[in-house]
Amino acid sequence: MGGYGGYVWGSYIVTALLIAAEIIWVIQRRKVLLKRLARMSRLTKG
Amino acid sequence: MALAGINWFKYSSPASFYPLAGKMMPWFAGLATVLTVVGLYMSFFVAPTDYKQGEAYRIMFIHVPAAWMSMFIYVVMAVYAALGLIFNTRLSAMMASSLAPTGAMFTFLALWTGALWGKPMWGTWWVWDARLTSELILLFLYIGFMSLEAAIDDPRRATRASGLLAIVGVVNVPIIYFSVQWWNTLHQGASISLDKAPSMATIMLVTMLVMTLAFWMYTIAIVLYRVRCEILERERHSEWVTELMEERK
Amino acid sequence: MLFIVGGVVGIGIAAGLILNAFNSNMVFFFSPTQVVDKEAPQGRNFRLGGLVTVGSVKREDDGLTVHFTVTDNLNTIPVVYSGILPDLFREGEGVVAQGRLDEDGIFRAEEVLAKHDETYMPPEVAEALEKAKEAGGNPAPQNMPAGNGGSI
Repeated sequence: MGGYGGYVWGSYIVTALLIAAEIIWVIQRRKVLLKRLARMSRLTKG
Repeated sequence: MALAGINWFKYSSPASFYPLAGKMMPWFAGLATVLTVVGLYMSFFVAPTDYKQGEAYRIMFIHVPAAWMSMFIYVVMAVYAALGLIFNTRLSAMMASSLAPTGAMFTFLALWTGALWGKPMWGTWWVWDARLTSELILLFLYIGFMSLEAAIDDPRRATRASGLLAIVGVVNVPIIYFSVQWWNTLHQGASISLDKAPSMATIMLVTMLVMTLAFWMYTIAIVLYRVRCEILERERHSEWVTELMEERK
Repeated sequence: MLFIVGGVVGIGIAAGLILNAFNSNMVFFFSPTQVVDKEAPQGRNFRLGGLVTVGSVKREDDGLTVHFTVTDNLNTIPVVYSGILPDLFREGEGVVAQGRLDEDGIFRAEEVLAKHDETYMPPEVAEALEKAKEAGGNPAPQNMPAGNGGSI
């Protein structure tokens, strides 16, 4: 990378990490939400 | 998020948009994956070294698409917020909330990659010129939108307050875009604009556009996924969600 | 009521930041002509922007101190700087220096930043353009971006 490796990789790797984190975050959010809604639906059914 | 030929009126209700979003999401996710692979390959193996900046200019393939998306997402978010305030449609507010975190992420990435590009080329991580300052304000606007929404307990009021902020903040977007023309800045002018030919080799331009499309498709996919959570959360007491939960058992 | 207050406070902070930041940074740098016309601040630090005059860069024996001149093709200001120069600092390229003018009209820079343009191309293309220019063909891309307040 002609001496600029740290800067170039620093850009690409942080971007990849942030995107991965966002994907994990929304999947986690949906999982937790569905569990809560399932519990709610069980409770209302009695 | 334009899809021609769909009756938007019908799909403006959360109950009918929820399954539609679920059907569309994998397509956009697939497109985003393919475009990212192609874009990354082009960024490192196809695009040539720059005559002046050497390899450091490859940061551009992340920096420019991220900066474009940061502005574009904000405008879309503000339009949804405005629709929500004017027509009182619940789905618009949910779309606005779903767009904000991704917009904030791209704004942060534009600033982060800009700093990493500025240090070796300009000789500084950061300067308070009009372009950099207005992009930083965009990040504050996203953060302000999300915290305002989270800070107010009553959902209707939260939506109205954050929506108002989103709409007013839209004035910042043209300021970012034209800052390099209106004021003298350390940041260079636009390589691509409507009134002149791009001052960039074609292969570099194509690489940048592929990366932009990849980010765009990613945004649509993740926002559709998130808006489904948003819909379930806000409509959890409605009949259709209860029925949906029954079916899932 | 709370949401109105919250909204107004948020907008107020954002607007305040914008105005404050732009007030001091709308003019990020002054051109040599502006300095000659005494439009630049007197007796305090400011930024000088322009092109490094071709053939003007001279290094002192200590290896740190550099003399060069900054031009906008109308006026030229001599600059002295001690320190590390950015990679893109080159003759004929854009530069923004922070510092102040001394009594002799020499700009004593504390920081020198390179300002590059929005042109990107492979070296072979740049070479070909250079050759074409020498042969009197199409002009090569300009070194400084147009539409930069017209100051350089």
